[in-house]
Amino acid sequence: MSTEIRPTSTGPDATRIHNIGYRNYDGARLGRAYARRSLFAQSLRGAYGLGRSAKSKVLPMILFAVMCLPAAIIVAVAVATDLKKLPLEYTNYAIFTQAIIGLYLASQAPQSVSRDLRFKTVPLYFSRPIERMDYVLAKYGAMASALFVLTGVPLVILYVGSLLAKMDFVEQTKGFGQGLVSITMLSLLFGGIGLVMAALTPRRGFGVAAVIATLTISYGAVSILQAIASSVGEDAAVKWIGLFSPITLIDGLQTAFLGATSSFPAGAGPSAGVGVIYLLVVLGLVFGSYAVLMSRYRKVGL
Amino acid sequence: MIATESLSKRFPRVTALDRLSLDIGPGVTGLVGANGAGKSTMIKILLGLSPATEGRAEVLGLDVATSGGAIRERVGYMPEHDCLPPDVSATEFVVHMARMSGLPATAARERTADTLRHVGLYEERYRPIGGYSTGMKQRVKLAQALVHDPQLVLLDEPTNGLDPVGRDEMLGLIRRVYTDFGISVLVTSHLLGELERTCDHVVVIDGGTLLRSSSTSDFTQTTTTLAVEVTDTDTHPDGTRALREALSATGVTIHAGSEEGLPGAGHILLIEAKGEETYDTVRDTVAGLGLGLVRMEQRRHHIAEVFRPRQAEADGPGGSGSGGSGPGGNGPGGNGPGSDGTRAAGATTVGADEHASDYALQKGGARDEH
Repeated sequence: MSTEIRPTSTGPDATRIHNIGYRNYDGARLGRAYARRSLFAQSLRGAYGLGRSAKSKVLPMILFAVMCLPAAIIVAVAVATDLKKLPLEYTNYAIFTQAIIGLYLASQAPQSVSRDLRFKTVPLYFSRPIERMDYVLAKYGAMASALFVLTGVPLVILYVGSLLAKMDFVEQTKGFGQGLVSITMLSLLFGGIGLVMAALTPRRGFGVAAVIATLTISYGAVSILQAIASSVGEDAAVKWIGLFSPITLIDGLQTAFLGATSSFPAGAGPSAGVGVIYLLVVLGLVFGSYAVLMSRYRKVGL
Repeated sequence: MIATESLSKRFPRVTALDRLSLDIGPGVTGLVGANGAGKSTMIKILLGLSPATEGRAEVLGLDVATSGGAIRERVGYMPEHDCLPPDVSATEFVVHMARMSGLPATAARERTADTLRHVGLYEERYRPIGGYSTGMKQRVKLAQALVHDPQLVLLDEPTNGLDPVGRDEMLGLIRRVYTDFGISVLVTSHLLGELERTCDHVVVIDGGTLLRSSSTSDFTQTTTTLAVEVTDTDTHPDGTRALREALSATGVTIHAGSEEGLPGAGHILLIEAKGEETYDTVRDTVAGLGLGLVRMEQRRHHIAEVFRPRQAEADGPGGSGSGGSGPGGNGPGGNGPGSDGTRAAGATTVGADEHASDYALQKGGARDEH
């Protein structure tokens, strides 16, 4: 069990490899909570391609850069031209860049869950102290956190830039805070929807297609219906139609509670009353996603 | 290590386990049964992942119904199916699995390096698993089951899909898991011949009920049969007969039967080995006659005889002397020993290597005989 270390003066010939045989492990076993944290960290890193092959870093990193670029440009312009106010609100940033968020979700949600299903790695998790709930929570938490980073970093850039441009501190901090609350909801909602779509199929391609389809079709349909409703003067209907796509849900929610300017046609966002329904629907979807994932993994157990 | 008490598992349409009572001690234990005999169901219950319909089970003294988490921390599991992502290296994968078992990051890396070395993966462990051979993948699967230094590993069909050489290596490795690492093993298989080489104890289940449970030495008694094959020469045109006569003269018991239906049938003498001196007698006699010794190998009683009770024992050892009496010779499954690749590999081996051929266990084989 001992490794000999001799003075280096005896030359490289003194180097020996000892077969030390099998060693038992009697160190710490940190249990479930630790395993859950490890899985969360591994999944979060994986969502940006860290700890994976160079190829899988390309797409998330490009999307991350594309996401930050407009914020950097806005800040550069604001500092150079000495603007007194940012040209867009914090809360609107994610709405404007929703296509990038959608692409990111579609590319990373399947790699997070479909891989384990496709290569049947899931039984290896469940033969360890970790349980179904830990697995789902870790994966969901990691996906939502990855989205939070993706949408949050541009906001940080905007905030720091606005302070550099000596804009009003209180006003900017308030806007930044509202933006963070908004993207927290967005991350939870999108993460849940993306994972549910991806977990339904072990095929990665189907997962990507399903996530993109869910996001774009629902948004497309809702936008068209809202435009029609608005053009015939039914502004009340516009609010209700907004409940049926993830991004308009977030838009409505932040319009009602976070002082955002709605991107709905004619700016007809929901009031606080209807906003409560928006909030309930968002929470329902978040917990619903969790429940669907739990029941999904009940089946694939071992 | 494992104790079950009238353990039953019923699904709406199938009874997977039917009042199974077992007591398995430390060592290497084989769990044999045909496909669908309830082996995988048993493993799920032992891991605390699937509740038993009735009865109880204990693993390492812990009740599976209440202490599933504590059991899974101290037990390793190697699934039957492929379970490895192709795009990561063995090292990364096993480190991750070690952390999932609760090992701190540093310990996880050290244990991974150790374990992969012990299962025989060296430089290749840094390459993506997608490029591995089936044998290497099986080693990675075994490594992830051992990485947290469990007290017991459950191996589900670890030799599936391996070629004869790979299978021998895997069986040797399984043996070492207990003898060198001190980790008890429960290994399932539907191949009996495999288990008699590896296990201390064999449990045979069929249709969810216990067929037989006893130590391997009970199954395969120590009196062994030697199979000897020689060449013909100019002085002895029929070498086999010349040897038979010469050996009879020295007082060695020669079995009348030959291995019918096998390659080399009629050219193989089956001799009862009484001890070391029988090997010497055969060697000296063959040398004295100037014949070439093609092979001399052990034929043990096979566990397969569990399924052909009494009659096979009466007919003599080797599991093949019953010539013409129904399914005796080649096993109920029609999967004769000659169809196994280990035989081909053994043909050139002169010596006392045991080459237990694998009999496929045919469900209900025992009853057909009665």
